[in-house]
Amino acid sequence: MKLNPNIPSGPVEKKWDNHKFNLKLVNPNNKRKYDIIVVGTGLAGASAAAALGELGYNVKVFTLHDSPRRAHSIGAQGGINAAKNYPNDGDSVWRLFYDTVKGGDYRSRESNVYRLAQISNQIIDHCVALGVPFAREYSGYLANRSFGGAQVSRTFYARGQTGQQLLIAAYSTMMRQIKMGTVKMFTRREMLDLVVVNGKARGIITRNLITGELESHIGHAVLLCTGGYSNVFYLSTNAANCSVSAAWAAYKKGAGFANPCFIQIHPTCIPRSGEHQSKLTLMSESLRNDGRIWVPRKKGDKRPPDQIPEEERDYYLERKYPAFGNLVPRDIASRAAKAMIDEGRGVGPTGQAVYLDFRDAIKQKGIDKIRAAYGNLFDMYYQITDEDGYKLPMRIYPAPHYTMGGLWVDYNLMTTIDGLFALGEANFSDHGANRLGASALMQGLADGFFVIPATIGGYLGSSKFEDIDGETKEFQESKKRIKEKISRLLSIKGKGTPTEFHRHLGNVMWNDCGMSRNEHDLKHAIKKIAEIREEFWKDVMVPGTNEELNQTLEKALKVSDYLEFAELLAKDALERKESCGGHFREESSTPEGEAKRDDDNFCHVAVWEFQGEGKEPLRHKEELSFENVKVTVRSYK
Amino acid sequence: MSEDKNNFSVTIRVWRQNSPEDEGRMVAYKVEDVSPDMSFLEMLDVLNENLIKKGETPITVESDCREGICGCCGLVVNGDVHGPDKHSTVCQLHMRRFKDGDVITVEPWRVGSFPVIRDLAVNRTALDRIIQAGGYISARTGSSPDANITLVKQNDAEEAMDSAACIGCGACVAACPNGAAMLFVGAKISHMALLPQGKTERMERALNMIEAMDKEGFGNCSNEYECEAVCPKEIKVSNIARMNREFLLANFFSKEGK
Repeated sequence: MKLNPNIPSGPVEKKWDNHKFNLKLVNPNNKRKYDIIVVGTGLAGASAAAALGELGYNVKVFTLHDSPRRAHSIGAQGGINAAKNYPNDGDSVWRLFYDTVKGGDYRSRESNVYRLAQISNQIIDHCVALGVPFAREYSGYLANRSFGGAQVSRTFYARGQTGQQLLIAAYSTMMRQIKMGTVKMFTRREMLDLVVVNGKARGIITRNLITGELESHIGHAVLLCTGGYSNVFYLSTNAANCSVSAAWAAYKKGAGFANPCFIQIHPTCIPRSGEHQSKLTLMSESLRNDGRIWVPRKKGDKRPPDQIPEEERDYYLERKYPAFGNLVPRDIASRAAKAMIDEGRGVGPTGQAVYLDFRDAIKQKGIDKIRAAYGNLFDMYYQITDEDGYKLPMRIYPAPHYTMGGLWVDYNLMTTIDGLFALGEANFSDHGANRLGASALMQGLADGFFVIPATIGGYLGSSKFEDIDGETKEFQESKKRIKEKISRLLSIKGKGTPTEFHRHLGNVMWNDCGMSRNEHDLKHAIKKIAEIREEFWKDVMVPGTNEELNQTLEKALKVSDYLEFAELLAKDALERKESCGGHFREESSTPEGEAKRDDDNFCHVAVWEFQGEGKEPLRHKEELSFENVKVTVRSYK
Repeated sequence: MSEDKNNFSVTIRVWRQNSPEDEGRMVAYKVEDVSPDMSFLEMLDVLNENLIKKGETPITVESDCREGICGCCGLVVNGDVHGPDKHSTVCQLHMRRFKDGDVITVEPWRVGSFPVIRDLAVNRTALDRIIQAGGYISARTGSSPDANITLVKQNDAEEAMDSAACIGCGACVAACPNGAAMLFVGAKISHMALLPQGKTERMERALNMIEAMDKEGFGNCSNEYECEAVCPKEIKVSNIARMNREFLLANFFSKEGK
């Protein structure tokens, strides 16, 4: 596997402009001769489809939902960053770049992150033009807030629904292209395989979720905008239909998978209430701007929170990290909560939670201000827990939320397979080992609206394509394999439901491969995953047939991929013997229990190459070099 | 199985329909050991898990984010669109709203323009086609000026946000005795008409979206206000009034004279 990141030469602030100038262009009249397949209609997919359609490419876009607007980008609440420096508080492209590289714990590629910071401003311009009702000042100017530990106010937001509003903008501008005939939409289709012909990604196989029909779709390039894999933990903040399946299919066809162990565990989620729990709900971490996080000083203190006097409360984030307090980055806040709970100081009926308390903020600012800022989050909390967060502190617990790892891509967002691109959360590139708040929306839209429209031309303009059709043997072979897999799943008729296997896998991953990892547990996880996988293929129960709307079959296909992918995730975590960002190895920590990075041995991207079923994958490295950012110990004390 | 003393049993009477052509029927299932902390959909998950284990066909029910924002889920529970809780999607409904021995009726959206696909899943693509007809602002990527060039009054931005909050679940249509989609269409037209960026195309937008709405066979508004009552995002019927104004204005001024 060749890992050429294709970083353009020149100073970092000139790279993108130089690169765009040097890329081959496709003649405007020729663009319609190129078919581009876009899988997924979240921020990355919808914006890519729209922007490529505007350029005149012939785009086919796929979603497994009934409507492209359902994609899980919609769940993002807090906001989107940009280096506008409207508040005049010292922000700049350079600072956003610097913060993002530092926040990622120096495990991302400088050139990509700089480009992201550069493009951030254009995204806001474009989204305003598309009608996103961002929050405004009385004067009519755009409002900003500080978010997720940033020391400047660079976050734009639309109430608690920023992701939804941005997705509606990307979706509606894509719908315009559909009307104009440049984009063709395929709903209720799930991608089950990538088809590679003579080394180039040339199409996909989808399953029509209503009829079960397997369909071949041919193109000159394939864009995977299929999101992340947090649901490998079963319980996560992701939507039920999120899966690793498309990325996993690409991996098995030769796309390198980068840093699968880099997962973000979000600190402010509503704790689980029982075995029946199907998902975890995140509350925007903007709550940490005003809420104070604490646990009782005494272990096992079962008194109600309002009966625990001030001096018996431990505001542990303020104590341990006085400079950032409750606003430390997500990985640090999550790990600190776990440490408190492990000490036996967790709260609530399960002991698996910490308090997020608004008492002081309400006293200081008044309940109306707090209601105006966070009303929808308090309502959400009430609806789920039946508790009033204005009167008693909320209970929160960390949950898997975002995956920094993903398909390896070069500067052009191309994977190790020619013509296969990965955008948004599906790629690995910009967030290193930890993503800062309000930067996922930024990356999805940067990739889709602004990066891929430039870089795809470079690929198409310099490649030769042979004529193929659905009868081409690679398509036929792929369909045959999928048919066999589906028949096998339907014929086992065992005793376990796909969800039960998924839940079992999730437990193993959370316990052995979650917020805190060590060699012993990771080896245990690898063994357990193999056992669950074997059990799954012996004992899963999938009723019905392929030729119908069969949600159990859809679920079984997803779980079968998670059961393979989980092992790669655990292996990656085992091989990365350092702590960095969201990846905490107990063997690599300071005497105070803080993460210890090992730049001498691990300042690289780990990229995994598939070697065949049942064979050990190969681990490659892309060495990272930092020419502009000074690599330091990430300290928030 | 947990032995929690708060747990209880309910009977679910649910709509089963194998395909659009199938006639469909109500079928009753008993669900035991229901925890008050379960969401309604988690209770249906438990029922489905039990059906799968018996080799029976589970109930097709759509949901995705399970936090009330994606617009995927949509059920009629005991005759209430999105269930008994006000201004909430059915995924946010919890079993603590029910008690031991309750018989709960569960049906899909019942609207001609949303044909049933299977059991509780319906086809709502008509709403996407209405958006396609004009629910956007035509700004090409790369052509936008600085975001602060055009100022937007805070009130206008807030009001536009109120309308833009629509999640496209279709509850307004399901609750309307006429099967009208006017709250949905009115919300989109209002969202864009309230913002300066959206004003250039407001006439074509109103005409095209309303034409598409009529073509899909949605009914007319007869001021029942049922849509506002069930909307999980509390979108107001004043959006329909604004839509009508936009439509009149467009008819009056439009050069195309549609």
